[in-house]
Amino acid sequence: MKVSLSWLNDYIPIDKESYSSIANSLTMVGLEVDSVTDRYDYLDSVVVGRILNIKAHPNAEKLKVCDVDIGSRVIRVVCGAPNIYEDMVAPVALQGTRFPEGYVLEKGRIRNELSEGMLCSEAELGLGTDRSGVMILDQKQLIGNKLAKALELSDMVFEIDLTPNRPDCLSIIGIAREIAALQQTRIKYPETSLSDSSDKISDLTSITIKAPDLCPRYSARLVFDINIAPSPFWLQDRLMSVGLRPINNIVDITNFVLMETGQPLHAFDFDRLSDHRIVVRQAKKGETFITLDKKEHLLTPDMLMICDGEKPVALAGIMGGHNSEVTESTNRVLIESAYFTPVGIRKTSKKLGISSESSHRFERGVDPEGIITALNRAAQLMSEIDGSSLIEGIIDKYSKISNAGPITLNVGHTNRLLGTGFDQGEIKNLLKSIEFNVEKTGNDELAVVPPSFRVDIARPVDLMEEIARLSGYNNIPTTYPLIPAKARHPEKQLGLRNRLKRIMTGFGFTETINYSFINRLSCDSLRLESADQRRNMVDILNPLTEEQAVMRTSLIPGLLETIHRNIAQQIKSLRLFEVGKIYIGREKDNLPEEIEMLAGIWTGSRTNASWYSKEIGCDFFDIKGVVEGLLNRVKIDHIKFTCMPDNSCTYTRPGHTAQILQQKNPIGLAGEIHPQVLRNFDLKQAAFIFELDLKAISDLIPETIRSKPIPKFPSISRDITIIIDKDLESSKLPETIRKSGEELIENLYLFDVFEGDTIPQNKKSISLRITYRSKHKTLEDDEVNYIHKNITDRLLKEFDALLPT
Amino acid sequence: MTKTIEQIYEEAFKEIKSATDSESIKALSIRYLGRKGIITHFLRNISNLPPEKRPEVGKRANEVKKSLDKAFKLALKRLETESLQKDYKIDVSLPGRTIQQGSLHPITQITWQICEILEKIGFDIAEGPEVETDHYNFEALNIPKNHPARDMQDTFYVSDNVVLRTHTSSIQVRIMEKLRPPVRIIAPGKVYRCDSDLTHTPMFHQVEGLMVDEGISFGDLKGILTTFIHHIFDKKTALRFRPSFFPFTEPSAEVDILCVMCRGKGCRVCSHTGWLEIIGAGMVHPAVFENVGYDTTRYTGLAFGMGVERIAMLKYGIDDIRKFFENDLRFLRQF
Repeated sequence: MKVSLSWLNDYIPIDKESYSSIANSLTMVGLEVDSVTDRYDYLDSVVVGRILNIKAHPNAEKLKVCDVDIGSRVIRVVCGAPNIYEDMVAPVALQGTRFPEGYVLEKGRIRNELSEGMLCSEAELGLGTDRSGVMILDQKQLIGNKLAKALELSDMVFEIDLTPNRPDCLSIIGIAREIAALQQTRIKYPETSLSDSSDKISDLTSITIKAPDLCPRYSARLVFDINIAPSPFWLQDRLMSVGLRPINNIVDITNFVLMETGQPLHAFDFDRLSDHRIVVRQAKKGETFITLDKKEHLLTPDMLMICDGEKPVALAGIMGGHNSEVTESTNRVLIESAYFTPVGIRKTSKKLGISSESSHRFERGVDPEGIITALNRAAQLMSEIDGSSLIEGIIDKYSKISNAGPITLNVGHTNRLLGTGFDQGEIKNLLKSIEFNVEKTGNDELAVVPPSFRVDIARPVDLMEEIARLSGYNNIPTTYPLIPAKARHPEKQLGLRNRLKRIMTGFGFTETINYSFINRLSCDSLRLESADQRRNMVDILNPLTEEQAVMRTSLIPGLLETIHRNIAQQIKSLRLFEVGKIYIGREKDNLPEEIEMLAGIWTGSRTNASWYSKEIGCDFFDIKGVVEGLLNRVKIDHIKFTCMPDNSCTYTRPGHTAQILQQKNPIGLAGEIHPQVLRNFDLKQAAFIFELDLKAISDLIPETIRSKPIPKFPSISRDITIIIDKDLESSKLPETIRKSGEELIENLYLFDVFEGDTIPQNKKSISLRITYRSKHKTLEDDEVNYIHKNITDRLLKEFDALLPT
Repeated sequence: MTKTIEQIYEEAFKEIKSATDSESIKALSIRYLGRKGIITHFLRNISNLPPEKRPEVGKRANEVKKSLDKAFKLALKRLETESLQKDYKIDVSLPGRTIQQGSLHPITQITWQICEILEKIGFDIAEGPEVETDHYNFEALNIPKNHPARDMQDTFYVSDNVVLRTHTSSIQVRIMEKLRPPVRIIAPGKVYRCDSDLTHTPMFHQVEGLMVDEGISFGDLKGILTTFIHHIFDKKTALRFRPSFFPFTEPSAEVDILCVMCRGKGCRVCSHTGWLEIIGAGMVHPAVFENVGYDTTRYTGLAFGMGVERIAMLKYGIDDIRKFFENDLRFLRQF
């Protein structure tokens, strides 16, 4: 919403010099002033010049070539105006001037003669209506002075960012009222003096409202014998001051009253209305309508139309029709001023995708009691057009808009909510300053009736907000709540998430955050089977791009894209992770399942090339080691990595992928990205990933840690090397040993794997180190040897294994 | 007895002096002072001497023992010092085997900072779904369908009744349905709006706060947010509260801080106003309480919400919000 100080000054005295403090005050009462500019800034490159001499243009009969003194130098200007003379003082626009009518002045040649500027008319400069010749300035003007300075032209314009609850401020008067409250004065409303001695209008037209729910009030007046012409300059000037372009007297008047009062008006060409009457009704199914902008719209029955005796002539409250608009030849107009129900206007405007100054106001709510004032204001201005005649009488169809009556405001409640100490009188004065009607009804109570234009005020709390904003938020004392020292238990997953993030960074992984939405095709890029539940994606109905059209069902595409982007920047060794949700779609209108996942990716080197080592690439066991370290740190035991059955993970390489099990329950996977998937993401280097389900992990974390005594007696270690089938998962050996239930085994680990050489084909040699310890005594060699032999025998038998020769 | 104690003493000293490494000193020490050493042997044989000589010789022998012991220790120390000085030197300026930590995403870091301050004040963290019903995201927050306030947020729709949450305020109602006052929660998380430019990404992060109890006032809201801002920025950060509009709070406020870039002089970042909008806040609207069945005559509440990216951008001097989600390592590693 733009307002100019010159226009505001029509209703309230404005001190032009204090514009910045006015802007600041408006911001601080809730009307945020986004910018303050001088509307005459466009005159910055227009200066006062004197024509030194005038010569004929060699190539054009009607043009002249002038030397013009602009103070700093003399320039050459080609001019076609008939009224120029030597020694004339006139405005000269220099290169780069942007005229109010829209064009920008360039330096150039006119009919092959250099022209470095332009001698301007009043109309061209937006300073008057005269375009018959160059504007004549006083001979005493200082040559070279800027025109705005010479003519003392300055008018500050505020751009105000209004919140949707304040439609009353979508007008100059509305803003003036707020300034009046700040300055503790009242505004001067424009007056109309229409004589309505007879009711001629009823003989000429009629109004029928068939949809009073959508249109509770419709009023009209008639103005005849209109000569369509440009508006008087004062009116054009007002419109231009807020950035509207003047069109003709009728349209300008409706726009002027709209801006002044906030009430949208519409002028119909009365002679283009069939039967010369208005019918307000809902559209018929399949009906079409062409709006002012010549676009055709298909209507639905929930849309409200203004019709004449046979057809729609306007999309109510949104835009007029091409078939009834005011044209050059219009002679008689019907002025509409109405109240349309906000929700109805908004629905239609959204559905048809049309938004206008009118619909913007109607959908927020206009003043139902301001309808007639605005109509009269427009009618009066139109009647002042030369030769026009106002038809006496007014039609006002009004099915009363419900009025809730006075709001009871409790002073104590107000002070408690705000943390203030206002007394009844102070509150009364604040509310009265914005034209609220306030009555004392008790010691601690006020009955408040807001003015009809404040459609946002319905509850006591609405009044409390008014009191707070008018007294100034910054004047409300800053206090601190007294709260019980009571805390709720945090969600387990929340603490875990933060912990995992810290561990991952400790492992050298950098956290990434990728968009939750991805391209639908990413399922194909991951080679997901058609039955994979991750194909149940949540579609966004209005995505910004195809790349962000569905909610992700895996963190992997985002990570692969991220490594691709980084590799393109020559960062080829990456360890990244993300903790975030995936979204598995369910039936329509059910919220999707949101599963929080942790995924990590490692690509490039494990060890960089350095003075002490060659570059070593990462492999499966690096990523597996990360998962082991992570789960170990959060004290989750009994973790098993087993070969992922073929085809059960389509985006990782078969035979290079492990399922992560805890007590037989899968909690995630680790593996190498499938070569085809790498290609799908345009990657040329191997990448290793893991995925873990956060919920599953969080359920496995022990609630408490019980400390164990530190062993008192020494341990004894023994190694076993046995030769088993190459295809046997080596983890079977420790599992079998554990299963033996031998209590003296404290620890065991695999320390060597060997194939080839002396080992038979299809076999491998595995070496394990077992540590034995008793809680109660120092073990004897014989005892340990005996147990160790038993274990060895058991392994030999169970796996049909051999001892090395 | 073949040698006198003085002879032994003399010989031992000669040998210590000629020893060139610590190994031979250790061997000498054993030869003289060990369990079967020369001095030990000498002391043991004192009983063979005539009784009148025994005390004198015994005393002298013990003196020699002590003195030799000291001499061995000194010699060891000297040799160690000499050998360390003779040792080859390493080039300490070579790069170390750096243990490279990863880094937390700046959004995580700022979210943690925000939550830490608010948890200190007494808020508990709550979370909720990101794909949300129209009811929790809008209707229950006093934003009916076809209300112009819906234009304040460009919404991603999944269906007529399901949206990607446009703010973490959607958690307010979910929490209040579950808990009776007093309620003190903060809700950090991802939110979505269909908007994309230098200062907007279609996904970003918010932290929402809600406190409901008897006697919570607008003054308290000012107190909490002033404390918060002084912690997340610094104590000197000037701030102001100005009226605004959110359908689910009344009175509603925007909290501005004096521009951290220009300190109020006016610059590009603050659009030449000198102030930066940082938090939307207000007192919980009675309509919201009515929707969850709270007694509006008894309870009042305050609520506030802030964008994590915005705070991160101001704190770290980041000018393009999209950088947060491009995950360029050269960016991420700076934090």
